[in-house]
Amino acid sequence: MTDHVLSAAKPEKARGLPQINPVYFLLAALIVAIILNNPAFVEPTGYMNFLKRAAPLAILAAGQVYVIVSGGFDLSVGSLITLVVVGSSMLSNNDPNATGWVIAAMLGIGLAVGVVNGLVVCFLKVPSLIATLGMMITLNGFAFMWSGGAPRGYLPDSFRYFGRFNIMDIPVIRMLPVAVIVMAVLGFALYWLMHRTNLGRMIHAIGDNPRAAQLAGVPVNRVRITAFVVSSLSAVVAGILLGGFAGVSTDVGTGYELQAITAAVLGGAQLLGGRGSVPATIAGALTLTAIFTLLNFLGLPQPVRQVVQGLILIAAVALAMYRRKRTGQ
Amino acid sequence: MSEIAAERPKSPAFRFRFDRWAPALLLLAAVGIYLAACIVTGQTQYLNWDNLLAVLGRSIALGVTAIGQTFVILVASIDLSVASLISATTVLASVIMNGDPAMILPAIAASLALGAFVGAINGLIITRLDVNPLIATLGVSLVIQGCLSAFVSNFAGAVPVEFQFFAYGNVAGIPFAILFFFGLAMVASVVLRLTRFGSNVYAVGGNADAARFAGIPTGRIVVIAHIICSLCATVAGLYLASRLRSGAPWIGANGVYDLESIAVVVIGGTILAGGRGGIWGTVVGVMIFSLIDSIFNVLGVDAFVKQVLRGIIIVAAVAFYAVRSKRIVA
Repeated sequence: MTDHVLSAAKPEKARGLPQINPVYFLLAALIVAIILNNPAFVEPTGYMNFLKRAAPLAILAAGQVYVIVSGGFDLSVGSLITLVVVGSSMLSNNDPNATGWVIAAMLGIGLAVGVVNGLVVCFLKVPSLIATLGMMITLNGFAFMWSGGAPRGYLPDSFRYFGRFNIMDIPVIRMLPVAVIVMAVLGFALYWLMHRTNLGRMIHAIGDNPRAAQLAGVPVNRVRITAFVVSSLSAVVAGILLGGFAGVSTDVGTGYELQAITAAVLGGAQLLGGRGSVPATIAGALTLTAIFTLLNFLGLPQPVRQVVQGLILIAAVALAMYRRKRTGQ
Repeated sequence: MSEIAAERPKSPAFRFRFDRWAPALLLLAAVGIYLAACIVTGQTQYLNWDNLLAVLGRSIALGVTAIGQTFVILVASIDLSVASLISATTVLASVIMNGDPAMILPAIAASLALGAFVGAINGLIITRLDVNPLIATLGVSLVIQGCLSAFVSNFAGAVPVEFQFFAYGNVAGIPFAILFFFGLAMVASVVLRLTRFGSNVYAVGGNADAARFAGIPTGRIVVIAHIICSLCATVAGLYLASRLRSGAPWIGANGVYDLESIAVVVIGGTILAGGRGGIWGTVVGVMIFSLIDSIFNVLGVDAFVKQVLRGIIIVAAVAFYAVRSKRIVA
């Protein structure tokens, strides 16, 4: 009798397979669609170039998700990318030996930008949307000031190595772009930091309920500043990669902040904080790139890409909200 | 006992409400700096009535957009689709008019219909599908911009001379557009302060759950606020069409009307979390923005430095209110 009651009280639905984030299915479906359209994609040159193109966005989005999970936004990353590309070309002054300290200087700038973003949000209490918007405008201004409006010079090959170079003659996969290695290493590091350390747990906590986190002893300000720093540093790395294959201009980073947020949202991150995953965000970035690639193969023009991106963005969030409501979470 | 009495808040009539006066203080500071800049650089020729009107007239489109944006921010939503809606309106209106004065009214009607439609879509996506407003309106914005640039890539259509009155006409020596802007602000503030809809807006923005329990149809209020915002954006688009004498598919994105209108509203003391603020704050925010531009012009600040300072000023102005808040913000 007791047994019966107990078993009746159990949830009716048996626990099935662990829930898999739908972004992975979407990514798989898109890759199948790309292969059907362009069989050359299964060749290493096909998918490796795809991964190489996706790497900057993936890294950027993996950093952005830190800020999103902590409950904020980072709109300054796009213009930080621009500043990195323009600044590197100005600083390195066509000198291939300068690459080392130029990259260090750029990481320093990224660190400073992240810290300022974090301090403004934490201590001036400016909502991150406005704080990073201001930073975005300011950094764009700096990029223009630095280059005098028209960036000159180019990036030395030693700098472009990271974004451009492919390591050839590797068994099985034949080629391995350096950008893909950077993506894999940083992606893993960010995954580990977010999902395997106390910092990651604290970031989730302050995004979910900052007051509760504070009462539980989380150093809210320090954690939030760290999240902004991670996002800015990932933007610097994305900028270094983009400088490698996109060249120098004052609009390389334009629109990347929104693409990064889109990627995080596709990966199931919850805006205003508390939920989000680095691997799913990277899958979201790959999905977004795959969508653009597919639209390119289909010969659809840029406007259609915009429309599709908009519809997917809305559909992804609507679906996530629907699932969340249905499962009662 | 006396301690308790001392701690009691003073009667509200005598309390200085910082958040109510902060926009005015900021405006005063901006005016002061402008006057000082003019006098120090010896450019006193700018200190006259005509120049004052010119300063105001420069930001009519931003102001009209920001009035609409105030409504959505008050219900704790946000609208990023205004910029592309402005572009779409300038093109739609000037293509329909195509130089023919008889087509002015149909063009206005079609534009407003477009605005109402976009606003309703925004509102329904946010309330029915539970999509975060930032994402919803960003998505709608991409869709509008994509549809627009699929059809138009250059100046399109022509605006008849009669319709250019909106941007260039004068009534009693004052530009019509400025009168229109203040008229619209007046209507908007009456709606917010004196109607049931207005108080519902504040209730929904302050605490949506409490508003729902109090019997306020929260979803409908959010949808209506979005329709108002989009209608304001179309009006701003009509004004820009009248000023450019043609439709331009890039005008909204070039003017950064989405982010700037949000910045103006926030500088005007309306908080992003919703439920607090008002139209006159936004009007003051618009004036501060155009004064900042004028100050830069008077001082001859380099265009790029100007941009850097603009970013810093936006953050500083918002910090001016926010820094006193005890809440944890993100």
